[in-house]
Amino acid sequence: MSAIIHEHDDHHDEHHHGPAAGITRWLFTTNHKDIGTLYLWLSFLMFMVGGVMALLVRTELFQPGLQFMTPDFFNQMTTNHGLIMIFGAIMPAFVGLANWQVPLMIGAPDMALPRLNNLSFWILPFAFAMMISTLFMEEGGPNFGWTFYAPLSTTYAPDTITFFVFAVHMMGASSIMGAINIIVTILNMRAPGMTLMRMPLFIWTWLITAYLLLAVMPVLAGAVTMVLFDVHFGTSFFNAGGGGDPVMFQHIFWFFGHPEVYILILPAFGIISQIIPTFARKPLFGYTSMVYAVASIAFLSFIVWAHHMFTVGMPIAGQLFFMYTTMLIAVPTGVKVFNWVATMWRGSMTFETPMLFAIAFVVLFTIGGFSGLMLAITPADFQYHDTYFVVAHFHYVLVPGALFGIIAGVYYWLPKWCGHMYDETLGKLHFWLSFIGVNVTFFPQHFSGLAGMPRRIPDYALQFADFNMLSSIGSYLFGFSQLIFLFLIVKAIRGGVAAGERAWDGAHGLEWTLPSPPPYHSFTHPPRLSEGEAHS
Amino acid sequence: MSAHGKTILKLVVLVVGMFGFAFALVPIYDLICEVTGLGGRTDGKAEISTGDLPVDTSRLVTVRFVTNTNEGMPWEFYSDKQSMRVHPGETKQADFIIKNMSDRGINGQAIPSLVPILATDYFHKTECFCFTQQYLDAGASMRMPLLFTVDPDLPEHVQSVTLSYAYFEVPAVTS
Repeated sequence: MSAIIHEHDDHHDEHHHGPAAGITRWLFTTNHKDIGTLYLWLSFLMFMVGGVMALLVRTELFQPGLQFMTPDFFNQMTTNHGLIMIFGAIMPAFVGLANWQVPLMIGAPDMALPRLNNLSFWILPFAFAMMISTLFMEEGGPNFGWTFYAPLSTTYAPDTITFFVFAVHMMGASSIMGAINIIVTILNMRAPGMTLMRMPLFIWTWLITAYLLLAVMPVLAGAVTMVLFDVHFGTSFFNAGGGGDPVMFQHIFWFFGHPEVYILILPAFGIISQIIPTFARKPLFGYTSMVYAVASIAFLSFIVWAHHMFTVGMPIAGQLFFMYTTMLIAVPTGVKVFNWVATMWRGSMTFETPMLFAIAFVVLFTIGGFSGLMLAITPADFQYHDTYFVVAHFHYVLVPGALFGIIAGVYYWLPKWCGHMYDETLGKLHFWLSFIGVNVTFFPQHFSGLAGMPRRIPDYALQFADFNMLSSIGSYLFGFSQLIFLFLIVKAIRGGVAAGERAWDGAHGLEWTLPSPPPYHSFTHPPRLSEGEAHS
Repeated sequence: MSAHGKTILKLVVLVVGMFGFAFALVPIYDLICEVTGLGGRTDGKAEISTGDLPVDTSRLVTVRFVTNTNEGMPWEFYSDKQSMRVHPGETKQADFIIKNMSDRGINGQAIPSLVPILATDYFHKTECFCFTQQYLDAGASMRMPLLFTVDPDLPEHVQSVTLSYAYFEVPAVTS
């Protein structure tokens, strides 16, 4: 059967044609490449939606005073921006990359559970449609911050909270199914000779991320279920009047929330670990230590959650414990950063767009890491807590961190997926505008935060005006330059210079042994893993 | 069972277990608060006979009272004294007054909290209105006693403690 499809494919090599034609191909597909494409397009759409919300927020904050929206609508925008970027843009993009790349990189014919794969994707559009629809309802959508702290999400929640709860349940179910699929595929379907310690780093980081997802998404489901019960069934999980405790919400939420932030970054670590060796033309420095560093970060992520809530009132012993464990995370993270730098050291480096994004990732993620260390210092955190310094910190690790990782991965593998090289000039333009935009947007927020500007406010004191205007200008630059990315991708899909099997001369790994684009069904016979393709 | 099936089964057990763990966190959190005094939780009703405690006349501890009603609760709630100076070991009484300012009957429950957290193990209440719920008819008021003893073992450097009560409106329990 695969031979027939091969032939079919050869006649139309500008698209990955499947057996079904039209819309049903996408509705009923069980092909990992199709589902990966669906995930990536959905995440791009959500990135645009969340991005428009961010620009609305920045427009309101362009100058002091209330210009364009009510405080309640402003709160809905910040809340939905956070939720959509985390659950709609970053996470589905990583799952999309995993769908495309995991079978190609481990030499498997497809994901282990193709039907589950279809289901886990198609839940998502409904979940987001449901969540976003609340914005058009009379009561308005979620306005309690993406962290939905009780009692904001219970006693004071808009009536649409129920839609939010079920949307989060659906997103969680989708993530859990996706994670199960990825683990089963990686553990059971590797090509002969690919032992665990010869897997590419992207596969390792995703394997560990998938375990994190399975461990904490059910806890998030538990938290929203408790909110639902408090709102509708008269329980008092988070209501002090009935014997509950709103602080407990924060503990349960952050027990999910902290591993979640590593779910958002570990696959990006994996992508960067694929790209830097390719363009430095050297094997990854310290492969084994990279694997152990990721595993240590994953373990530590479970015992640091209360550093998000130092100011809530904690015994001194608890504050010290969470401060030291948090700082400990800098050790494996430092190992990774030094290994990336050592990989580049004396390499024959070239600076194609994926490499530019990867280097920017290393530099800017490290800045975000350092501000994280500052926040880890408990007494200092009492000053920084809930200020724009925190906003600057997590945007530095999520935008030039997670997002640049995803963009770098898309540039790196796009020639493989569509068979054409993208437009390098446009790519470089996209990079430089994004790089400048992201720094102009978020760097000033460090200063306004240190000067005391609180998060989540639609209006602010006059002394923060200059930094905010700068930040808003940067956000327009960053936001609109992403349209270049969209244009470039569409252009590459429609045509361009043919990309050969090994699109990058320094690239190693099983995915580069396949034609570009790979046939609809690849590796129907397990490939032999040569020494040159191992570890990368 | 196939290799896939075995792996899936293990992962599903993990997922179900973690969902259960989220709910197990509720009693675990309660237990940790009980042990550490986190959230200012006092011992609850004193089980020791506080009359037997030796009175330490060498020092005085200031006990301050803070009274609040939860947002939107139409009750007045105050204590007859703002603070008291007590010797550790002696049993003292403070009175608290509640008044229903609305035109409907309301059931309330007071939730106590004590700071510093270090002192939570050394503050014993022998009688407190916070052990039960109170029902007030429209316009009714009530004076309620609190009997308490500061434990002589209270660390020397703690010279004052603050006891705070917040009244919450709760649905009446029919028993």
